[in-house]
Amino acid sequence: MAVYKHSYRRYEGDLTARWQRLLVLPRYAYRGVFQSRFFLIFFVICLIVPLGAALLIYLRHNIGALDLMNIPDDAILPINATFFEWVIQIQGSFAFLLTVFVGPGLVSPDLVNNALPLYLSRPFSRTEYVVGKMSVLMILQSCVTWVPLCVLFLLQASLAEGNWISANTRILVAILLGSAVWILLLSLLAMAISAWVRWKAIAGALMFGVFLVGAGFGETVSALFNTKWGSLFNISSMMQVIWEWLFFGGASETGETVNRLAAGQVPVWSACLALVVIGLCCLFLLSRRIRAYEVVR
Amino acid sequence: MNPVIEFEKLTVRFGNLEALKDVSGRFSGRSIGLLGPNGAGKTTMIHTLLGFYPPAGGSARIFGKDIVQDAREIKALIGYMPENDSFIAGMTAVRFVAMMAELTGIPANAALERAHEALFYVGLGEARYRTVETFSQGMKQLVKLAQAIVHGPRLLFLDEPTNGLDPPARLRMLRLIREITAHAEMHLVLSSHLLRDVEECCEEVLILKKGEVAVQCNLEEERRSNKKFVELETRGDTSRFIDAIERFGCEWAQSAPRRYKMVLPEGLKISQLYEAASEHEVQLRKFTFKRDSLEDIFLKAMGNENGSL
Repeated sequence: MAVYKHSYRRYEGDLTARWQRLLVLPRYAYRGVFQSRFFLIFFVICLIVPLGAALLIYLRHNIGALDLMNIPDDAILPINATFFEWVIQIQGSFAFLLTVFVGPGLVSPDLVNNALPLYLSRPFSRTEYVVGKMSVLMILQSCVTWVPLCVLFLLQASLAEGNWISANTRILVAILLGSAVWILLLSLLAMAISAWVRWKAIAGALMFGVFLVGAGFGETVSALFNTKWGSLFNISSMMQVIWEWLFFGGASETGETVNRLAAGQVPVWSACLALVVIGLCCLFLLSRRIRAYEVVR
Repeated sequence: MNPVIEFEKLTVRFGNLEALKDVSGRFSGRSIGLLGPNGAGKTTMIHTLLGFYPPAGGSARIFGKDIVQDAREIKALIGYMPENDSFIAGMTAVRFVAMMAELTGIPANAALERAHEALFYVGLGEARYRTVETFSQGMKQLVKLAQAIVHGPRLLFLDEPTNGLDPPARLRMLRLIREITAHAEMHLVLSSHLLRDVEECCEEVLILKKGEVAVQCNLEEERRSNKKFVELETRGDTSRFIDAIERFGCEWAQSAPRRYKMVLPEGLKISQLYEAASEHEVQLRKFTFKRDSLEDIFLKAMGNENGSL
């Protein structure tokens, strides 16, 4: 029967599982996001560096190809923790730009158009809403960070001789943990900003502002008080400290112990703590805004 | 009959403000009307039942399930049409309604099919591929209704569904609401400050005043009861006349200056009223018999302690 001839009837079929409903939000969001040709081109650009890195790994293990192109062996970077840290930093920057592009449009339109009561009057909690919306960003960021890096790691492992994987398990852990921290931080920041700033352009600018103003303020504090703790206001710098620690531990690649405070960087624990505080602030801001209705007292 | 909604001393507070005070009641009819002036607590009551506000005291149950402990189960059984414009930006009506169905747990294909059906049902079939923000006010109301019924809820909350509608659109909305409750095995809670809307669609009524229950009644029973109502228009000083009719046992309310509505007790003759008017030198300019209406119930509920407005 044609759909317009149907009269109203109750739904009596099976229902989807709770976790499947979380994926409804990203599925619908991506249809909108990928309609933008600019975004699609940018997303492809984000994958160029991992492709180049894959080529480097391949050449590093293919002496015949190097000879054909007259490239000396030592002209190509060694494939080690430094190489992967370099790639993760570049891909982290792309993840940030993706977040600036997509993040501001996640929550604010729902608040402006009073859509939250529609979500929250269904068997869909505030937490599920936040997780669902965050997953829009997290899936995109994963596509440009840990997923391609893990592919590169596996490519290197398959081409390297001996027990390369067991000798370099730390790199894999660093890729996964470092990406997770960065993705979670960016997603929380973007969600919190989107929940409080109604205009997409301003929210995007604020994302940059949090990083740039924070870095500037941190530098000023460090200079004024002749301390290194000003770096705690610089999110990029803290992430740098965490990535370095994840990839190299307390030692540099040559095995030297690095005194980070003396080298101008804050200790790892303080960077972690600062990021946790930022994350908690974002969660607090979200919890204040993600409500069906705001009660004006 | 099993109750649809039960309240027991339900209290909701926002800071120092008590938005609902010890609300108790039990409703088992197909359609329940929530009435009251602005700020009476109608919307707060709906929001509390939907789990948006936690009760500060007391409890409420929907289909026997506690609104706090079984919130998720309850939400799977209800549909909600909010008072204000509510939609998801940049989406066509059919995608918007399908998404809402999917969030309730309907698989994607079935959700899309039901979204088309719901939009045709409410009369937006031809406009279903337009984005919701391009809709007129009336169409936005209809798309809100479509998203509220798309998953086939057992209980539908409609908050001021005829807000901003022109008369023909209002009549169509009321017809739809009556049709849904009559044919779709769905219960309804309709919040409105428009008495006609509630009178046309509801069997039971809860009238709220300053967060408290002013009146709870079954409209069907009220309609069936054969109370004798009269409406009087008077001239002159009525205070002694009113005292006299109170002695006769009349319940009364003043609907406008010099206008009174009265319920005549059994055995009272109309001639006694004329005699009392004559005795106290009150002119009766108009004297009409009237059946009880929701307006009378509402006016009585809104009246102050001595029964006048």
